[in-house]
Amino acid sequence: MTFRQLQRRFLLYMVVVVIALWVLVPLVLIALAAFTPRLELYRWPRTVLPSAFSTATMAFFLRSYGTLTSLTNSALVALLTLGMTLALGAPAGYAVARYVFRGREAFRIGILMTRMFPTSLLAIPLIVTFIRWQLYDTLIGVAFIHTAMALPFAVLITSGIFSGVPKELEEAAMTLGCSRLGAFVRVALPLALPGLAAAAMFTFVISWNEVFAAAILTVRNRTLPAQVLTSLEVAPLDFRFAGGFFMIIPALIFMALARRYLFQMWGGAISER
Amino acid sequence: MPCTRPLRALASEKALPYWLILPTIVYVAVFFLVPVVQALLLAFRTQDGQWTTRFLMRMVQDIQFGSALRFTLLLLAIVVPLQLVTALFIALLVNTRFRGSRTFLYMCAIPLGISDLAAGLIWFSLFTQHGYINSFLYGLGIIERPIFFLSAQNTGWVLGSIVLAEHWRATAIVLVILVAGLQMISRDYLEAAEVFGARPWQRLWHVTLPLLKPSLQSALIIRTILALQMFAVVVAMGGRMVPVLAGEAYYWYYLYRNANVASAYALLLMVISALLAWGYLRFLRPREVHS
Repeated sequence: MTFRQLQRRFLLYMVVVVIALWVLVPLVLIALAAFTPRLELYRWPRTVLPSAFSTATMAFFLRSYGTLTSLTNSALVALLTLGMTLALGAPAGYAVARYVFRGREAFRIGILMTRMFPTSLLAIPLIVTFIRWQLYDTLIGVAFIHTAMALPFAVLITSGIFSGVPKELEEAAMTLGCSRLGAFVRVALPLALPGLAAAAMFTFVISWNEVFAAAILTVRNRTLPAQVLTSLEVAPLDFRFAGGFFMIIPALIFMALARRYLFQMWGGAISER
Repeated sequence: MPCTRPLRALASEKALPYWLILPTIVYVAVFFLVPVVQALLLAFRTQDGQWTTRFLMRMVQDIQFGSALRFTLLLLAIVVPLQLVTALFIALLVNTRFRGSRTFLYMCAIPLGISDLAAGLIWFSLFTQHGYINSFLYGLGIIERPIFFLSAQNTGWVLGSIVLAEHWRATAIVLVILVAGLQMISRDYLEAAEVFGARPWQRLWHVTLPLLKPSLQSALIIRTILALQMFAVVVAMGGRMVPVLAGEAYYWYYLYRNANVASAYALLLMVISALLAWGYLRFLRPREVHS
């Protein structure tokens, strides 16, 4: 390796490290803030590293009025959303992946177009409709909206996943005596399962993160983000930091587990190389 | 009879995809058409069924309306180009496939899973009065007492903090779209250009970027539309100090319980999104690339 090449390599890794720090440092800082003793957060000047590791800040957040209820609410809404989204979206994704049928492109484009829909336009007008349908301030109502938001993604993601399962395997199962459904359940489904699990986690995170619709459509049955958002004005610093850190935990787990599938989800079928 | 079964199977196979997509179509139709119709009714009709522009006028004449529109477009104009450039830079870096580039890419994609509210709170912890940035500047001996980054006197600082937070949070989606696009570009084109003596910059400008145009376009559309709806980041960092359109839609319902004006705001956002998307598609149409 020449000196010039060495120099260039050094420069490359410098840039890489700087960018990685830009992404990671804010995450580390919020984690530190969430475990700093409560009073220290108000001190000036403050050190980056807390003087002691303390769970008091997190405990304060979790014990605050409404946090635990909203936490359960969030989990329930996310699970309902996940169930409905996959039940509706996975068959559609399978159809798009397996069959060439008239209207397939129109369907795909129509699904893509719904991503341009502002959340506010989805949520605000439904206040009136939900009151009429008795869905206002219910968890299932919020889950309905979240399903509408996650469904387009679910269709595109699952179609990408099913495209990755060779059609020939299903056909072989059918020649060996399986029914159409049997071939799907015994062959395609097991092969698609890891991808579907990633899609499920992704749906869960969409619902877990959503704040606008949840805050608009609930009053007493708030989800966690809605609860945090609506108490921001009165919440002390420690509540906000702990809440911010707590909300990103599922996202971090998801990114760690499903990273292989990220590109299938966003950029079409790009396999791991 | 050996013949009928395959035939029947064929007929049902033809109808099957339609049955499979039907639930999605029905669901999407209900949950996207109902809100649009309802929004129009709420924004343009009074309780007793009279058509009116009263709510629209109330939105336009509201003291926050002008600044909300201005700030929304301003944030859009700053954040989106910034993200596009950053994401393109990182994507090209990843595409050189240096050792560890995969890990680096996953790391850069982490904010993809982080909610706007959490991202707002994370950056709030940096910019608040006794926050990390003030403490850091004090530690370096640059300042004596904290700078009030997030105060109504200093809209410029608030705006800057929001830009940094949003830039950090949502560059990842552009990045992932661009990396996927880059991977689809055949290496042959670049090798051919190299054979003909094109310098790295020329290869980037004349080969990679033109071929990446469809990905750039879709990233631009998606990001623009999402940036228009910027809400929780802004609220977490500045409350209503820097008003934005989606925030006003929220406050008009949350504070004033007025679904009519809130719907007018939501419709306005829809119209701006549609106009911008149409504009991008009209003026950035990718030239056909023959392969």
